[in-house]
Amino acid sequence: MYKEICSKYAPTKDNLIYILHEIQDAEPQHYISKEAVLAVSDYLKLPENHIYGVMTFYSMYSTTPRGKHIIRLCESPPCYIKGSENILRKLGIILGVEVGETTKDGMFTLELCACLGVCGNAPVMMINEDVYGDLSEEKVEEIIESIRGRQ
Amino acid sequence: MSLKRIDLLICCGSGCVSAGALKIKERFHEVLAENNITNEVNIIETGCMGPCDYGPVMVIYPEGIFYQKVTPEDVEDIVKEHFLKGRPVTRLMLQDKDKTIQIQKDVPFYHKQIKVALENCGYINPDSLEEYIATGGYEALGRVLLEMTPQEAINIIKESGLRGRGGGGFPTHIKWQMVHDNTQEKVKYIICNGDEGDPGAFMDRSLLEGDPHRILEGMMIAAYCMGASEGFFYIRAEYPLAITRIKQAIEQAKELGLMGQNVFGTDFCFDAEVRTGAGAFVCGEEMALISSIEGQRGNPTPKPPYPAVQGLWGKPTVVNNVETLGNIPTIISRGAEWFASMGTEKSKGTKVFALTGDIRNTGLVEVPMGITLRELIFDVGGGMIGDHKFKAVQLGGPSGGCLTADHLDTPVDYENLKARGAMMGSGGIIVMNEEKCMVNVAKFFMDFCVEESCGKCSPCRIGLKQMLEILERITSGKGKEGDIDELLRLGESVSKLSLCGLGQTAPNPVLSTIRYFRDEYESHIRDQSCNSKVCLDLMHFNIDKERCIGCSLCARKCPTNCISGSREDKYTIHQVDCIKCGNCFDVCPVKAVEKIPGMHPEIVERQKEMAKAAKRNDD
Repeated sequence: MYKEICSKYAPTKDNLIYILHEIQDAEPQHYISKEAVLAVSDYLKLPENHIYGVMTFYSMYSTTPRGKHIIRLCESPPCYIKGSENILRKLGIILGVEVGETTKDGMFTLELCACLGVCGNAPVMMINEDVYGDLSEEKVEEIIESIRGRQ
Repeated sequence: MSLKRIDLLICCGSGCVSAGALKIKERFHEVLAENNITNEVNIIETGCMGPCDYGPVMVIYPEGIFYQKVTPEDVEDIVKEHFLKGRPVTRLMLQDKDKTIQIQKDVPFYHKQIKVALENCGYINPDSLEEYIATGGYEALGRVLLEMTPQEAINIIKESGLRGRGGGGFPTHIKWQMVHDNTQEKVKYIICNGDEGDPGAFMDRSLLEGDPHRILEGMMIAAYCMGASEGFFYIRAEYPLAITRIKQAIEQAKELGLMGQNVFGTDFCFDAEVRTGAGAFVCGEEMALISSIEGQRGNPTPKPPYPAVQGLWGKPTVVNNVETLGNIPTIISRGAEWFASMGTEKSKGTKVFALTGDIRNTGLVEVPMGITLRELIFDVGGGMIGDHKFKAVQLGGPSGGCLTADHLDTPVDYENLKARGAMMGSGGIIVMNEEKCMVNVAKFFMDFCVEESCGKCSPCRIGLKQMLEILERITSGKGKEGDIDELLRLGESVSKLSLCGLGQTAPNPVLSTIRYFRDEYESHIRDQSCNSKVCLDLMHFNIDKERCIGCSLCARKCPTNCISGSREDKYTIHQVDCIKCGNCFDVCPVKAVEKIPGMHPEIVERQKEMAKAAKRNDD
């Protein structure tokens, strides 16, 4: 799989970030494995430590397996002012995890992130690529339930 | 596109989408089909219309009727009443005091706005190149390519007085001129900086999503002026829709021959591609952004050399913000004089602001430079939510500063804000009411900067961390005399010594809150009291026995079982076990639970005892 993804891009250094994005998106557990790093290192002729350096610099890459759905709650000031702390507490209770952890069933990973640029509807969270705004504790519960129900 | 009797414009900006705009659109398709009028109504998904707080919003032409807070359940009413019987649905219109506002242009939110960069945002379908062309799109590019030399076009931008809208306010034409004048180097690059990361700013996202061709046209004009034939859009990975829209715009322009080889039959050739980040605030800094495009860690490098001399892959490069490029086509079509007639002496034109926080009309606005904060917050923004009082406004995100009620009549432009310790930044405006603690807000911004510091230079990496630790100490009741001076000293060093803009401006939120709210810092340190009742260690909850009706709801909701009592004796909080979650405060039906500034005497006593015990152990 890794080779296939790599071969879509020219073997130049500037494609590293895009190859890593694609590998992570293709991986059901949304992370970049050691094998993937080796494959990329081989393809781009870059040392592994360079790849790890880049991966750990950017907050969106993970080196450990994550859940099927990644919840990213905005922790920036406009959301904080509108009560994101209560939303975080509620998410922690519903999911039974702390920030950075994955639920036992492997469904959700709870993360915090910087501004998502939907501050007019704060507090906001993003689940995978969908943005949910004007969150309240009740709304969060409904959203998580509906995603669980979809499975 | 066939002519239909009704145009239904649904705002599909991120705000309205998060509030359910796409479900409403689907519902319209269903209901129109049920009523057999699909061929009479054009459903158009537009970019952000601005008033995010009213979302989801829509405008219905030919009348221009404005509906707000629409739900999928309302769709049937709109179709049956408005579309079929010609009776607009009054209950979905905006109520302003006693008046019902029917038409979009009568909404007070729009009154003081002049839209330049946002001209088409919320008016056209961003997926359609034809709609952009129908509003005059690519005319400016045509004029520049066919009628002007690069120098003539640069002169127009110079006369317009346009300055970079990303934060620094550097005159746009100087960057262009520098790269234009470099005739030795044949390869040059133009980069559009769409790595909008300032908390509270979302204008770049809205522009990229709502009017992508405008930004592309602006980029091509810039490229022609400086002699570049390749451009890059660097867009945050957090903005997937913006990435899709720009990629699509590039494809559409290529298909129509507006981009590629010999554009408009001239010698000008241009190609652009999209590059994305992966979650790093510092990549908004131009040198870091360039490193990131090159596939490296987004570390900034010292300037000079400036990117105009040695930028992407060592070649002369101009990095322009999204909004800056968005202004270019209109300046070319309407003239430098027209643009320069708006604004103040040194800050010309208009600026897009994102209004957020405790303000009634949150959203995206574009106003002439020089408007006062009062007009911006109270007229355009509609004032504070509820009966709350205005306390402070934070401008410019983590690089900016807080201003107070005394500054409400300050004209908003680059110089005036800077003189008062704030900053234009990218235009994020966070309005705060009297319930906000300024020390806590400063700590929050500092926390953001510590998290986002790339770690390359030590003043930023270590200095900011020290500042954060002091702020954490102060907000948890362990502040010491001299802490404020230490913060000022550290802040000054970090500002002076940091390598890039992130570090140089990161102390601003702390410095400006000390400047205007020093008494709050002092009460945290000396009285161990947070008078806004935000810092949990410096406030406590209490039940007013006069008001308590003994319903026991608070006791049942308390997660630590620290509330006890009975219907007769009323209820009491055992302070030592209280974790200050606030559940009791939220659930009390008679508002008998109060927040009180300062530590409870029991806690003070307990802390003293613990200190004594610790001392005995040491001895």
